[in-house]
Amino acid sequence: MSVLIFIDHADGHIRKAAIEAACYGAKIAEQTGTTAEAILLGSTPADAAALGQYGIKKVHTVNDASLNTLDAQVYTKVIADAATTTGATVIVFSNNIVGKAVAPRLSARLKAGLVTGAVALPDTGNGFVVKKNVFSGKAFANVSINTAVKIIALNPNAYPVTASEGTAEVVAFSTTVDSPKIQVTATSKVEGDVPLTEAEIVVSGGRGLKGPENWGLVTDLAKALGAATACSRPVADVHWRPHHEHVGQTGIAIAPNLYIAIGISGAIQHLAGVNRSKTIVVINKDPEAPFFKAADYGIVGDAFEVVPKITEAVKKIKGI
Amino acid sequence: MKILVCISKTPDTTAKIAFTDNNTKFAGDGVQWIINPYDEWYALVRAIELKEADASTVIHLVTVGAADAEPIIRKALALGGDEAIRINAESQDSFYIAAQIAEVAKQGGYDLIFTGKETIDYNGSSIGGMLAELLNLPYVSLAEKFTIEGTTATIEREIDGGTETNTVQLPVVVSCQKGVAEQRIPNMKGIMSARTKPLKVVEPTAVDALTAVVSFDLPPAKAGVKLVPADNPEELVRLLHEEAKAF
Repeated sequence: MSVLIFIDHADGHIRKAAIEAACYGAKIAEQTGTTAEAILLGSTPADAAALGQYGIKKVHTVNDASLNTLDAQVYTKVIADAATTTGATVIVFSNNIVGKAVAPRLSARLKAGLVTGAVALPDTGNGFVVKKNVFSGKAFANVSINTAVKIIALNPNAYPVTASEGTAEVVAFSTTVDSPKIQVTATSKVEGDVPLTEAEIVVSGGRGLKGPENWGLVTDLAKALGAATACSRPVADVHWRPHHEHVGQTGIAIAPNLYIAIGISGAIQHLAGVNRSKTIVVINKDPEAPFFKAADYGIVGDAFEVVPKITEAVKKIKGI
Repeated sequence: MKILVCISKTPDTTAKIAFTDNNTKFAGDGVQWIINPYDEWYALVRAIELKEADASTVIHLVTVGAADAEPIIRKALALGGDEAIRINAESQDSFYIAAQIAEVAKQGGYDLIFTGKETIDYNGSSIGGMLAELLNLPYVSLAEKFTIEGTTATIEREIDGGTETNTVQLPVVVSCQKGVAEQRIPNMKGIMSARTKPLKVVEPTAVDALTAVVSFDLPPAKAGVKLVPADNPEELVRLLHEEAKAF
């Protein structure tokens, strides 16, 4: 028996969200008295054995070049085989782009109950109940998985990473890999960007910034903090910023450690996407902005005056 | 070409989220219900655009819900689409819904099945993937652009920090998000014609749900905002660093 964790990786490195999934899965293995094993598809990253630090005992790799691009159908078959071989009773994914594509397929294939967007460890006291985000971050549902095999897709930034000593055994998992039906013909990627959902700190701007030419305020502060940048929906709608930066109910939902909102009034749809952030800072010249009610810290003031001073103060503390 | 668009009914984005019956049920009384925005703005509108480009295209809409879902499906028909199918069942879990839609899809012989990327109430992001597996079809998720030429679909999908272009032969299941199409408002002609478009009601097939919602919780309220004077932003930075330990 095992808890099997799917490890997502890119550019030769295991993703932060996957490390969180590994820690989460290892804890479930501890809770349920089984072992944590991992499945890793495509060219094996150099840090595979280091998953041992997070409680993974064994890493099964399928080092097949055709798995370097995602075809959910092909992935599902391989992971299902690994689940059977390892006797997995719980399968853990990150609730990120790959997880959202593959976990539902696997659920339907194995007839194994799935909870996506999990935010806490399962309660195994009475059945197997997983807390997940619903209503776009405005509430939680406690969902009981009623099948022998259970699948959980863990939200990024929802479970802490703890590392200790340890090296995982890395073994090649032998199975047939179907030829993909999906061909990847082009990839366009912004180099070096932290994915917004994985970012620890996010600096975000709204209409209060008056135009795209003023975005330096946001990016300078983000750079000083090592943060990702985001924006509100109106800003994406008028193309001041690319729409993949739009956080909110119909954009991306995020849960960073620190969220700094500059010139964003805090419409309910925006709050839905960011209210799981640990610390929220709001800078707005309108004291009546609804965002202040959801914030931990705030400044009522002109962003054009306040933000550059914040950036300088951050640089001073960080010695840059 | 024959397209199936999956439609879900969700509370309006501004609806107050509250629960009744000992926190086991969403308090739906007095709530305004809408078509799930991802289903409407992106999946449905892109299907309509494909029909506008090729008049031989047939669009079917499908929803799983009781009779109270009909105003929503009529509204979807007012935007476009040729006919609708309502599977007469209360939704139980994602697998139950996907299995119901899969039955309809098997009978319909669709070339293309569109879903929204997720519903804004359950946030499952699961129906498209489950449906594709049950139908043994390829699945492309989080599409930002969708074009078709002959029987080949070209799809730009979101990846972390960018996009990837996929090509795939029909039939295929695609989940749609922002970028695929632009929101439309139904016009009077559409609203009038929607009244007479066929809306078939079919009974559900016997399928067991795999999961069940036990209860709901609301997030704990914030303690209240700590305001820092505008002439002392350095104090905010100090608090973030020393008190909140946020960086």
